[in-house]
Amino acid sequence: MNLFNVDNNYQNPTIEGYYGDFGGAYIPEMLYSNVETLKKQYLQIMYDPIFQAEFQYLLKDYVGRPTPLFLAERLSKEIGATIYLKREDLCHTGAHKINNTVGQIILAQRLGKKKIIAETGAGQHGVATATVCALKGMECVIYMGEKDIERQAPNVARMKMLGATVIPAKSGSKTLKDATNEAIRAWINEPNETHYIIGSVVGPHPYPDMVARFQSVISEEIRKQLKEKTGSELPTHVVACVGGGSNAAGAFYHFLNEPSVNIVAVEAAGHGVHSGLSAATTQLGTPGILHGSKSIVMQTNDGQVVEPHSISAGLDYPGIGPLHAYLYESKRGIFLSATDEEALASAFHLSKIEGIIPALETAHAFSVLPKMNLKASDVVVVCLSGRGDKDLATYMEYL
Amino acid sequence: MSKLELVFKEKSKRILNVYCTAGYPSLDSTMKVMTSLQKNGADIIELGMPYSDPLADGEVIQVSSLKALAGGMNIAVLFEQIKDMRKSITIPVILMGYMNPILQYGFENFCKKAKEVGVDGLILPDLPLFEFEQYYGKMITENNLDFIFLVTPETPIDRIKKLDSLSNGFLYAVSSSATTGKDKDFNLVAHYLQKLQAMQLKNPILVGFGIKDKATFDAATAHTQGAIIGSAYIQQLTKGGDIELTTSQFLKSVLGA
Repeated sequence: MNLFNVDNNYQNPTIEGYYGDFGGAYIPEMLYSNVETLKKQYLQIMYDPIFQAEFQYLLKDYVGRPTPLFLAERLSKEIGATIYLKREDLCHTGAHKINNTVGQIILAQRLGKKKIIAETGAGQHGVATATVCALKGMECVIYMGEKDIERQAPNVARMKMLGATVIPAKSGSKTLKDATNEAIRAWINEPNETHYIIGSVVGPHPYPDMVARFQSVISEEIRKQLKEKTGSELPTHVVACVGGGSNAAGAFYHFLNEPSVNIVAVEAAGHGVHSGLSAATTQLGTPGILHGSKSIVMQTNDGQVVEPHSISAGLDYPGIGPLHAYLYESKRGIFLSATDEEALASAFHLSKIEGIIPALETAHAFSVLPKMNLKASDVVVVCLSGRGDKDLATYMEYL
Repeated sequence: MSKLELVFKEKSKRILNVYCTAGYPSLDSTMKVMTSLQKNGADIIELGMPYSDPLADGEVIQVSSLKALAGGMNIAVLFEQIKDMRKSITIPVILMGYMNPILQYGFENFCKKAKEVGVDGLILPDLPLFEFEQYYGKMITENNLDFIFLVTPETPIDRIKKLDSLSNGFLYAVSSSATTGKDKDFNLVAHYLQKLQAMQLKNPILVGFGIKDKATFDAATAHTQGAIIGSAYIQQLTKGGDIELTTSQFLKSVLGA
């Protein structure tokens, strides 16, 4: 119907949070005040010079930014193109997630909030949230699926060590989808004192836009670093894995309105896109509403949300951010997928030829490189969103 | 005058609206539950269409929804079950549900079909005001369905007025910002309800969330035209036993009859 698309571009959703037909804030009235306050204030707060000074300071001295843009020589030779790796795995806590949590914790303080809640799947966002809460002395409660708590014991221990309370989500399928439901319900029950730090570019407006802007530091740095290394700010391709899509949104952001740059999003195909055990949302999903925004959702014909499958808990999500749904629908983005098996092979291969053990999520992005028919003149940036320490237990099964 | 408006015309105090989950406690129990509610003193029935991810609902309604879905309930099945309801059900019936399953069914078809089987109104907690005004509201009013918005203690006054003006039948006052099925201190709620009453709104007010027995029903209805009970009734149904007997005992205990 495209009723909501008013002179849109990819970096700026409409005032109601629409990217084309996707986005919005489909939330119960109980959340209206909180979300409306955020919607009215987030841009003003984020771009306030005092906010920016603190944000940039923490990104530099606490997170360790800028992260390197590394020329992967052996990989480049093998693929037959120039491949750069954006080393988000070198961020404090081991992934890009902390770019967003640092931003949102300062924002929460500005809003006068006393307590932070967050959802987590594999635990990376939970750890990044618990970390900044410890830094700022804020109470922190993390909702995590009961099944994920069993699967991701080291991250649960990290969150606890950082002083967070981890609450098992026991509803529904007891994974990320339900942890998100539980976090939203907790926010409904305690709206005044609490800020909800969503970990991806999902949720009601303004979350997708706010998280994309906090993560956009990734592509901001890529442009500068690429200019220094190659003389041009623009690569031919940017490749990133997509679950909800926060590292991808950050890596794509400053290239979205550069038509010469190919945007490549890689989803988790699980056992294979049509195997019945997959998380390739754009391939299997249809337009729907999940967690407060309209996007592409994996669901039954009756509109019940289905449980996806991926070997990587971070991509094991039945939706995708509304920005990505719009990139897919408008064909601005190229959406590919990699299976569990392909991702595992890529993780082992990258470890051996570049000395970098990637997170399982990130490994998906590398799996598509040989299939992209790249030319020798192509300059490809792959967002190396996280390191593989958290996935060692899985990797050990295949050693 | 709509069926809902008539209810409030005939009875201005202690209106009881009871929520039940379609297809719960068993797939074929929907009509049985509805007739029992009508027979035992409910003034309005709020029929919940189960959804896998009901954000505004607490555990009791979540569990009933998942059980109903597992039993095979969906919107098409529900319309089939209630297609002849107007042969026996004379009180207003409101459908409550979340947007996603309705979008998959087709929003316009949904409104048409709802009207066709005799549904009086809709409560869709995750349909926002902007989208209602831009797009969906037209299909609801064209099919002569009443739409009921929710307001909470945090809803600003101007917005309450706006939501009231777009609602028909009644306005749903959430007792405090919370999911369904949580206990409330109704002394704190009283002030908010008095404030709402004093606003001289177009619609009567029904209070929901946290109403579970005679004490809370009395407290809620002291300042408004009525109240809505959901989780507490579902809990009774969960215990098993004869639906008619369970319903009769529960409604007696609430109404103090």
